[in-house]
Amino acid sequence: MTNSSPSVTASDESQPLDRPPLLVLSSISDAWSSALSAKFNIIPSSSPLSTSTCAVLVSGTVNRVNSNLLDQYPSVRCVVTSDAGVNHIDLEECRRRGVLVANVGEAFSKDVADYAVGLLIDALRRITMSDRYLRNGLWVTQGAYPLGSKVGGKRVGIVGLGSIGSAIAKRLEAFGCKISYLSRKPKPTANYRYISNIIDLATESEILVVSCSLTKETHHIINKQVLQALGKEGIIVNIGRGAHVDEPELIRSLVQGEIKGVGLDVYENEPNVPKEMFEMENVVLSPHRAVFTTEALSDALQICIANFEAFFAGKPLLTQVLAD
Amino acid sequence: MEKIGVLVTHQPLPYLEQELTRRGCRLFRLWEAPETSRLEFCRENSAAIRAVVGNSNFGADAATIDALPKLEIVASFSVGLDKVDLVKCKERGIRVTNTPDVLTDDVADLAIGLAISVMRRIPSADKYVRSGAWKKGEYTLTTRFSGKTVGILGLGRIGLAIAKRAEAFDCPISYYSRTEKPYPNYTYYSTPVDLASNCDVLVVACALTEETRHIVNRAVIDALGPKGVVINIGRGPHVDEPELVAALVEGRLGGAGLDVFENEPHVPEELFGLENVVLVPHVGSATIETRTAMADLVLGNLEAHFLNKPLLTPVV
Repeated sequence: MTNSSPSVTASDESQPLDRPPLLVLSSISDAWSSALSAKFNIIPSSSPLSTSTCAVLVSGTVNRVNSNLLDQYPSVRCVVTSDAGVNHIDLEECRRRGVLVANVGEAFSKDVADYAVGLLIDALRRITMSDRYLRNGLWVTQGAYPLGSKVGGKRVGIVGLGSIGSAIAKRLEAFGCKISYLSRKPKPTANYRYISNIIDLATESEILVVSCSLTKETHHIINKQVLQALGKEGIIVNIGRGAHVDEPELIRSLVQGEIKGVGLDVYENEPNVPKEMFEMENVVLSPHRAVFTTEALSDALQICIANFEAFFAGKPLLTQVLAD
Repeated sequence: MEKIGVLVTHQPLPYLEQELTRRGCRLFRLWEAPETSRLEFCRENSAAIRAVVGNSNFGADAATIDALPKLEIVASFSVGLDKVDLVKCKERGIRVTNTPDVLTDDVADLAIGLAISVMRRIPSADKYVRSGAWKKGEYTLTTRFSGKTVGILGLGRIGLAIAKRAEAFDCPISYYSRTEKPYPNYTYYSTPVDLASNCDVLVVACALTEETRHIVNRAVIDALGPKGVVINIGRGPHVDEPELVAALVEGRLGGAGLDVFENEPHVPEELFGLENVVLVPHVGSATIETRTAMADLVLGNLEAHFLNKPLLTPVV
């Protein structure tokens, strides 16, 4: 039986209030399964109904939404991904087919911003290192931990002023940091100093925070020249993607003392982290957790549900993503 | 100018030591004397000592002041004066100065840094990576900081600076102090327990006095509850440490970020194995920029006193 309309009443069941069918192609937790089942009839990919279901939940870690997938599930009219990034979705192809796409909008932005600020303060004030020093008994036997560096007054260059970069800037301003940013074009609503190239940004900053999406242009945006321009007092905070940074060059630069330190949440070859960093006092290492708070995942779930409900009610999606 | 004898109670910033010497002081290094003979050291050198430079660990208590009959000024390398016998100084006509304002930002930065570190488990996650555990599985989910209610004990300079930073994270602000302050955006509570019952992150930011000793006690910890977090950037004695340790170990309190302890540099070892605790060795003002500014205030106050000019930051 074909089902070309998103209306709930097209279902086999006679009750108009029956849950609309939702094709779930990503692997979801029990919490998600439970919350989604309360509102929707979950259709797995193995079900014969999968080809007649018009709304689908995907995830960037396991799905690629391209012609293949859209051919495989030809009834799909609405794709919601449980991510902020949409690199795994062919937006142009979706537009061509009249398929609506939504992501989780800004659900993750504040947690990532908080984490970036946390890593920055940690790198300057040596929180992780002095905690380790204390737990190893060294405060008693060796006395005071070496002095850190003040956050206020530091010039911070934010690479990418999207919702995450803006949230980082707002937070750091309250600490008295001086904010500049790099993005493809200046943002008219941003009250911060725009710098048009990465070398100038590095030259004029003590701290660089990477918060842009990963594209061909931004691959290895932090490279040898940038590290040299940043200089001996410089700190890099990366909550973007490992591939934003030329990692071997970063290691070399740290080993040689050419920059002051780093706070990293991402690496080129996760979960592998270059061993040289394990011995360093001036690095804070995090296992790709900037997004992962219970609240962020819960907010993401609510936004996905709200997008699907809007779709089934014929209303505009809350966090629609359009092709460029 | 005849060399002025200055008793320095703690190992100072090299810049401070150099400047004191350069400006004509003769230094008596109390921290180098064995603990049991420190009063003896004071008495032996009392003819020369006209100034004390103390800090948050060792200031000028009654016994020390009694041992220094020529003492004219105590210039504390700290803003807190709980280690200076202010009453005795006033009686003896001894001037007292501290280092307000210059360290406000650093301490407030650390308070927020500790809150994020605790709730997002940054030091614990770092250890997870370094131990190789990440290769076997993902680290746990943590708790959001943004938007959580921050309750501040004491809304002085440091408390206000903490509030300003927390606001940038959309944290609602509430506070306790002896009297209500003119900040209508911040919710006032008239007791520490009420404040603790109504906030997620409780920050100690008041001066240490008789009244505020153990202001964070069992009742406050119970009110804060198993999801609550304590951040202490005040003084160790603000918190009933054994109660805090028990609550953390037993899971009755969600977490703690501590810069100060009742018996520094000793920290209860029961805390060392906990992932929801961040422990730092009294680094509230420990940046090169701020310590230099504090040293300049100490030097400026001493110079003003010995040149008979008005003191820069007098307390007594």
